[in-house]
Amino acid sequence: MELERWKQFALPCVTFVVVLLLWESVKRLSGWSASVFPGPLEAAAGTWELIRNGTLLKHSVASLFRVTMGYYLAVLLGLPLGILLGRWKTGFVMANTLVQFLRPISPLAWIPLAMLWFGIGDKPAIFLIFLASFFPLLVSTITAVHHIKTLYFQVAANFNFSRLESVTKVILPAILPQVLPALRICLGIAWLVVVAAEMIAVKSGLGYLILDSRNALRMDYVLAAMIAIGLIGVLLDRLISQLNKIKSVAWGSV
Amino acid sequence: MGFGVTMGHVVIRNLCKDFVERRTAPRILNANGALHKGERLLVLDRVDLQFQDGELVCILGPSGCGKTTLVRIVAGFDPPTSGTVITDGIEVQGPSPNNIFVFQQSGLLPWMTVWENVMLGVRHMKDKKQKAARAQEQIDIVDLTGYEHLYPHQLSGGMQRRAELARALVVNPEVLFMDEPFAGLDFLTRLKMREEIINMHEFIQKTILFITHDIDEALVMADRIVVFSERPATVKMDLRLDFPHPRDFARDPALEDLRRQVYQELGVHYAL
Repeated sequence: MELERWKQFALPCVTFVVVLLLWESVKRLSGWSASVFPGPLEAAAGTWELIRNGTLLKHSVASLFRVTMGYYLAVLLGLPLGILLGRWKTGFVMANTLVQFLRPISPLAWIPLAMLWFGIGDKPAIFLIFLASFFPLLVSTITAVHHIKTLYFQVAANFNFSRLESVTKVILPAILPQVLPALRICLGIAWLVVVAAEMIAVKSGLGYLILDSRNALRMDYVLAAMIAIGLIGVLLDRLISQLNKIKSVAWGSV
Repeated sequence: MGFGVTMGHVVIRNLCKDFVERRTAPRILNANGALHKGERLLVLDRVDLQFQDGELVCILGPSGCGKTTLVRIVAGFDPPTSGTVITDGIEVQGPSPNNIFVFQQSGLLPWMTVWENVMLGVRHMKDKKQKAARAQEQIDIVDLTGYEHLYPHQLSGGMQRRAELARALVVNPEVLFMDEPFAGLDFLTRLKMREEIINMHEFIQKTILFITHDIDEALVMADRIVVFSERPATVKMDLRLDFPHPRDFARDPALEDLRRQVYQELGVHYAL
């Protein structure tokens, strides 16, 4: 059942207010100083400060740039490769064990190598984000292709589809209902990893901001960066959820 | 029809098909090193048939006897173990737009609207206007006018079948294969669809191979019925039906007799 529009907007706000109140009361009861445990007011003040002097925007843009690059790379490689391995049995058998071997290795384990290979700057971070989102997307795409009903390929053969048509008119639309959630999850993972990736080898980004603020013992700035990460995360998720409105995907949920 | 050059003329010669029966080859047997390949299960046993151009043939037979297997081979989806299928003088090597298959479950592509599905059949035509006109004509024939922009999941079962029929007809195939196309439809819709197929067939005069397990359906619709035996399938009965349409068992004693005979042939002694 759908809730009314105002409720859809108001109820999450209520939740946030409750959390803020809890946060503030814990801070007061604990008796810790604001420099160790900043309350919502200090965090808000710190955030406002960083917004005003442009620091937050600068670092957010840097992080978003890396996420976009890494994520696009993962999509551009993961989707076609997933389709290929999904359809090509020999290739799948050859690659699958390797993929399952590489997949559980945390992207963070690649940090030393990434720095050695790509040096300082955007590249190692982009590489880590790529790694983090590539494998889940690849595996989801392969699984989705494996689950396409053979009936649809028979229809394709019956109507004399070319290879290209089989991809654009059968495979892609058929896997979309499974691939869209995967795209969404992978974007979340990419955004999760960017912070860790930026704690090494770069001098910008929200991850760097957190590390730098910690070194300066400014916990309010740390919280400001965390708030920015959360907010951007919500926005990215909203943005990618728009893809679910594509009409030709609706059949997947029937 | 059928003077000199025959179109939609199907010749099936000495067709056999067997499958590996995996159920009789449990994996445990493989453990002792002897590679058990499974027994060969004969599904079609030397089937010889000829379908004339423009014939509406209903294929009857007990469940699991190999009706679908036969038609899938004739349509080019599966290779035969031995024997040949020749349509219009050319040996069948694979699926082709000359023989369109209407599937048992809905074969509409669910991510395309009715219109897009029907347009698949004419997508190679150059003239855009003519393309659209052909598609619209078929949609009108199956009575789906106004539903062009709906997706299959928004249609009822009967409408889905009709949409698939429109998509098959728009190609103007020489042979139309229908594998229990009315499975899962309610009784009334089924009756209406029968009527539509009969009318459509009278109109387009194409060869139709229609698989069904419903004896009455076959007797009401077909120009000819072919009854298969239990597996391995061999042709048990092959009859031309020259009764005029619409057919009524109550008014036509010869048809009623035939009905009783087919029921007996299939092992049921009292047709209800």
